[in-house]
Amino acid sequence: MAMHIAEGFLPFPWAAFWWLVSLPFLLVGLRSLARITREHPELKLLLALAGAFTFVLSALKIPSVTGSCSHPTGTGLGAILFGPSVMTVLGGIVLLFQALLLAHGGLTTLGANMVSMAVVGPLVAWWIFGALLPTGRTRLAVFAAAALADLATYVVTAAQLALAFPAANGGFGASLAKFGAIYAVTQVPLAITEGLLTVLVWNWLQAYGKPELKTLQLIQQES
Amino acid sequence: MSTRSDRNPHRHNWLLVAGVVALALFPVLFIRGEYGGADGQGTEAIEKLQPSYKPWFEPVVELPSGEIESLMFATQAALGAGVIGFVIGLYRGRTLAEERKEPPAP
Repeated sequence: MAMHIAEGFLPFPWAAFWWLVSLPFLLVGLRSLARITREHPELKLLLALAGAFTFVLSALKIPSVTGSCSHPTGTGLGAILFGPSVMTVLGGIVLLFQALLLAHGGLTTLGANMVSMAVVGPLVAWWIFGALLPTGRTRLAVFAAAALADLATYVVTAAQLALAFPAANGGFGASLAKFGAIYAVTQVPLAITEGLLTVLVWNWLQAYGKPELKTLQLIQQES
Repeated sequence: MSTRSDRNPHRHNWLLVAGVVALALFPVLFIRGEYGGADGQGTEAIEKLQPSYKPWFEPVVELPSGEIESLMFATQAALGAGVIGFVIGLYRGRTLAEERKEPPAP
């Protein structure tokens, strides 16, 4: 099995807390999604693409240098294209699919897994992309946004587990080091993989999806 | 419109794919490990940190075997890849059709 927090593996108060944290982002995302599909129905295919990309990447369990496996998240692409809140919805759907049909992640831990993969990851992608775009190196911005979003997701997962299970000796810090070694370090090469694959799809969109990118007002900053 | 600047990204694309394959192969070829899942290790770490902790909720489905589980993951990837191929293929066909209809301005 791979990388979200498994079903039942967060104490109830923490499970409830992360559910509460994720809900406002989910609501904003639903409104944003409704607005985009209403104002620009022609973007629905691109939305499907963003969702499908997360679907593929979070199904690929890839070996890593730590001798264990994990999977990327694929949320960076959609966050760059549509903004972070839309990916809260699409990432949430992927997590729900995996919790219901694959016994991967879980319903009680869905809130926590949404916060890491579908809230913080996309936010990081959005910030990094916005920060690097003025340099004019669009592909580098896409790569860094996707890779760091992926990495941030698992840093958050490690922090969530460390908060819920502080070590008897050393407390939160010691637990964070332990969970960070398991989740975040494993994720480093996978984050690079996610960055490369996101640039691949970005290149296709640059070549064939110009009208859509124009609609999204991204084309002006093209390198 | 297939100018040099248009073709360049396609060459990059093969490099990107090669990089992804290399990153996945490197650990398997050069690093010994069990290649279990990070979340399994996470669960073990919880059991060590707090041996008294008992998961209070069970997964709603129980997949009968590892084979079924890999089938489900493969299905998820296949669905996603199918949609990506459909959308990019549609966009590409549209772009080519437009180029044929109106030759690019000189």
